Amino acid sequence: MPVFLEHTSRFRLIALVFAGVLLLLGAGDDAARIDRLGHQVMCVCGCNQILLECNHVGCSYSTRMRDELTAAVTRGDSDTNVLQWFIQNYGTTVLAVPTASGFNRLAWIMPYFALIFGITLVTGIVWVWKKRPLPADPSVPAAVDGHELDRFRRQARRETEL
Amino acid sequence: MAELGSFALLLALALAAYSLLAGFFALIERRPGTERLSETARRAGIASFGAVFLAAVVLVTAAFRNDFSISYILHHSNRDLPLPYKFATLWSGQEGSLLFWSLLLSAYGLVLRLRHKTDERLFAHASVVIAAVQVFFLLLLNFAAKPFAVTQGAIPADGNGLNPLLQYPEMVIHPPMLYLGYVGFTVPFAFALGALAMRYPGEKWIHITRRWTMVTWGFLTVGIFLGAHWAYSVLGWGGYWGWDPVENASLMPWLTGTAFLHSVMMQEKRGMLKTWNMWLVFLTFWLAILGTFLTRSGIISSVHAFAQSSIGDWFGWFLILTFGVFTLLYIKNHDHLRSEHRLESLVSRESSFLFNNLLFVLACFTVLWGTWFPKISELATDRKVTVGAAFYNKVTIPVALLLLLLTAVGPLLAWRKTSLESLKRNFLWPSLGALAVGITLVALGLRFWNDISYFYALMAAMLAALVAFTVISEFVRGGRVIARHSGRNLLASMGQLWRRNTRRYGGYIVHFGIALVFIGILGTPFNREAEKEMAFGDKMALGPYTLLCRSYTQEENPNYDSDLAIIQVFKGDRQIDTLYPESRFYTASQQQQHVPAIRSTLREDLYVVYEGQNRDTGRPIIKAHLNPMVSWIWIGVLVMGFGTILSLVPNAAPVRATVRENVEAAGVRARPAPVGAGD
Repeated sequence: MPVFLEHTSRFRLIALVFAGVLLLLGAGDDAARIDRLGHQVMCVCGCNQILLECNHVGCSYSTRMRDELTAAVTRGDSDTNVLQWFIQNYGTTVLAVPTASGFNRLAWIMPYFALIFGITLVTGIVWVWKKRPLPADPSVPAAVDGHELDRFRRQARRETEL
Repeated sequence: MAELGSFALLLALALAAYSLLAGFFALIERRPGTERLSETARRAGIASFGAVFLAAVVLVTAAFRNDFSISYILHHSNRDLPLPYKFATLWSGQEGSLLFWSLLLSAYGLVLRLRHKTDERLFAHASVVIAAVQVFFLLLLNFAAKPFAVTQGAIPADGNGLNPLLQYPEMVIHPPMLYLGYVGFTVPFAFALGALAMRYPGEKWIHITRRWTMVTWGFLTVGIFLGAHWAYSVLGWGGYWGWDPVENASLMPWLTGTAFLHSVMMQEKRGMLKTWNMWLVFLTFWLAILGTFLTRSGIISSVHAFAQSSIGDWFGWFLILTFGVFTLLYIKNHDHLRSEHRLESLVSRESSFLFNNLLFVLACFTVLWGTWFPKISELATDRKVTVGAAFYNKVTIPVALLLLLLTAVGPLLAWRKTSLESLKRNFLWPSLGALAVGITLVALGLRFWNDISYFYALMAAMLAALVAFTVISEFVRGGRVIARHSGRNLLASMGQLWRRNTRRYGGYIVHFGIALVFIGILGTPFNREAEKEMAFGDKMALGPYTLLCRSYTQEENPNYDSDLAIIQVFKGDRQIDTLYPESRFYTASQQQQHVPAIRSTLREDLYVVYEGQNRDTGRPIIKAHLNPMVSWIWIGVLVMGFGTILSLVPNAAPVRATVRENVEAAGVRARPAPVGAGD
């Protein structure tokens, strides 16, 4: 075989292997995308389950929706386009969580806002309570300061060993 | 039979209404003779239990006798239904479950009214509140959701049968447990409202309700986890918690109830958080009713929900009414709820309770927010959205981890102020232990930087270890001291330690159980699954296991027909088990259901589902899940239940030896505290 032909067939082989690897990588990528997107979409049969977790016997919705998802990913649609397609065909409830845009952003913000608000509030309460003077009541024992308190605790611990 | 049941319910309504009105007038009219009126109200309340009990007996008897002339029995039972499930018919549908709710409420009312000698006036107030709630449920049963409505037209030869999903042993005990929890929170609420109305001096109402609250909380906890176990064992999707609105409805009062169990100690010990506790106990009761409203109004879509009906409106008005009454009484008497002490340090038991309460209430708010957001979004934008598990996982996991941290830290902080020395002494070894657990997990390959869920798993493992180590160190340290003085062995000494303060050490056991539950949950990010069409002899690999499809078979039962797959499980070359996942077809209801087969070990669950046949190829589909650590959740719940029981046992006589004399000798008029009473 002439040398250039030998080179050609070697190039062909390398190209073939390279294309095969790319194809396999792409296939793996598609599978991962289907898995990821399939967990962002709900089955609309009324089972309230994630599309890829719907396990109803003969659920016509989940089988059809899985096929639609696979087709969309295989033809190379972007994630946004795939999800948008599902919204257009099945309504906004098809998404497993609210989008982080428009009014729905409130769903995500509110718990964190409540956390910050709560921590601020409790810290404020602690601060105010620490400052608040108690009404003078002769039946209430005088407040003990930190050092004294520690001393009594040590004494109590020594004597009770608890 | 229907007439007898209806009569019993009408009688119960009359008795409860009398108990409410006569009890109320006896409380507001302080004239001679009102004691007798109050006594008749109490007796009417007791008798109302008898009437509701009769109605429940009639309904269950009708189920056992296949009396399909009663519409409820026709729709929720059938001739071939096994006997335990016929009993469960009582709570399987809308009307029956309301009757069951009413029965439990009147049973709680019965106990309360029989124990009235403890504090007659406070119990009379609480009895009126219970009677008011009873009247609401009995009105529903008599006019809106009648369990004894008769079947219209010709009576069919057989009933429609019980929902297949409910035909599982746990379903016989899960709803009663859950309802005992839901309904039980009416009792602390009744006492709280009574105490608020009568400006009850002191914290005695809290002492009285302490056991009620703990028992109720215990029932709700067990009920929730039984539901989770049922979902895991029956629904066949491989999970145990789906953040469904109905699941959320049970979780919300549990969260506020748990907060109340903690904050109430601040009121007992330090006379603080009186207003907060009052609102917390009200909120817990209110959320239990709100949960019922959610499941029965059809306002939020859920797979668990009962059929949509008009009773949602009744619950809506009841919620408004209870909120109004409570708010009015609070406004009128709130000056009575002033705190007796001030907070002295940020590093103290008091502030740990404050943050614990903040986190519990925040978690409750998050769940409530997520549950209602689809409705809020629909109202605001006219477009409904789904708030699924991913939302809850994202926003609640950080809060849950913070709570776990407080579970470890809080109990070891001293009241009023904790010194640095005490912090070091209590936390050094447990912290080092937790750190060692974290390092070991990373060394074993937990790449927490790869995924946020792995990071959460690592944090959960370390914090659960911290909780476990602090609990163990508390027991060992206290036990050693007693062992030194008494000469007993360490185990017996730890038992003695618990007997001295059962609530504190029982509570530690509950905390230990929670740590185990978290260990079980932290396996979730490592779940794996595989699905394959498997004919005879086909193999499927999952993790260390190989599943070999040996055969398929069919069985006929009176109540259902089933297809079973016979799957041999291999680990390496060795067969370790044979699993029989099942697909059932219930003849009466014409519904199909998968029953997974689970091979459970402490390390992981192999969960195999026979999903039926591919309609195109006719080949059977087998789906397998490998769920690490799940068993620890159920073990943790058992430990929590055990801890709750331990904390309900009365204390042994406290030791009041040297502490008092020496502290008094030092010139401080401190109130003597029993040794080990620092909970």
